Amino acid sequence: MRFLIPALVFVSASTLCMAAEPEVSLVIRDHRFIPAELRVPAGQKIRLMIDNQDATAEEFESHALNREKVIPGKSKLPVLIGPLLPGKYPFFGDFHKKTAIGIVVAE
Amino acid sequence: MLGASIIVLRETLEAALLIGILAAATRSIAGRGLWIGGGILAGLIGAGVVAALTGHIAALFEGLGQEYFNAAILAVAVVLLGSHQVWMSAHAGELVTDARQIGMEVREGRRQLSAILILIGLTVLREGSESSLFLYGLLSESQSGSSSILLGGAMGLLAGVALGGLLYAGMLRIPMRWFFSVTGLLIVLLAAGMASRMTRFLIQADLLPSLRSPLWDTSSALPIDSIPGALLNTLAGYDPAPAGMQVVFYVATLLIILAGSMWVQHPSARPV
Repeated sequence: MRFLIPALVFVSASTLCMAAEPEVSLVIRDHRFIPAELRVPAGQKIRLMIDNQDATAEEFESHALNREKVIPGKSKLPVLIGPLLPGKYPFFGDFHKKTAIGIVVAE
Repeated sequence: MLGASIIVLRETLEAALLIGILAAATRSIAGRGLWIGGGILAGLIGAGVVAALTGHIAALFEGLGQEYFNAAILAVAVVLLGSHQVWMSAHAGELVTDARQIGMEVREGRRQLSAILILIGLTVLREGSESSLFLYGLLSESQSGSSSILLGGAMGLLAGVALGGLLYAGMLRIPMRWFFSVTGLLIVLLAAGMASRMTRFLIQADLLPSLRSPLWDTSSALPIDSIPGALLNTLAGYDPAPAGMQVVFYVATLLIILAGSMWVQHPSARPV
């Protein structure tokens, strides 16, 4: 928690009544995840809001997080993760495995 | 090119193995080729439609449409696969003895074949839509080698079909005595694996609790992106780090299909 980088990670209470969990945003641009490292609080559900700014689809995938979701080009979709134990959870873009790499750090 | 073929192979494999197993299991039902082919064709058309509509599907249910959609397709597939297996158990005797002529069962056999058409169609649709999205993305942004991408995709597709064909040919060599036990076992495992994957989408959509996630982690011992891991994943739903709820659905699916099969095989044991 001490290392939260406000410029990169936006944790905000969503206005949707369904979404009580904190929201963290993740951008896909030029087949890369920005930021490549996401720090999130452990022990609670997180709404990862993934904004794919590329024209082509990407598949957000993580074996560690047990998640898999296609994010079509030029669109923004949520992926719910957690509650996580403190630790590191790598994820990748299945359609561009060489460049689209990132990690969730729960703490 | 290699990347394209690997992704397409992985997506093709599950559908190809399912088709291989079902084609072998229904070997004695007349006219099955037409139904299986029809399922593949319908699935391919469906895959194109779903790929084109991905954005719209994903936007449903506050951005959770894709999870609902995949879970629903998998749920239908599990039910069809499970009931097919129970039907096969009930008729295994006849299917073995009159391997060539089960005229009296034609009507019922046809109902089974239409279930198989839907099952194959849905599986091809689910696996194919992702491949086409991926290939479309590659094609739309590559300046040069679109032919090499298509070639890669075609190679992946062929490799998947070849593996399905290999499984089919191998299964036909199994002696009739054990044949339906082997196909039955493969179908039950396939269904349980699909149930586990469905559960994963329902957890991802926050419709089901994960009940401890992961329940165990064997991703360093048998990673899912290794060849044996990927094959086990496709054939038996192997997940190196499953949520507790996935294991509950996996085991429940196994037990329900096995119990149903045993129940129809021993009608004397039926409670009146």
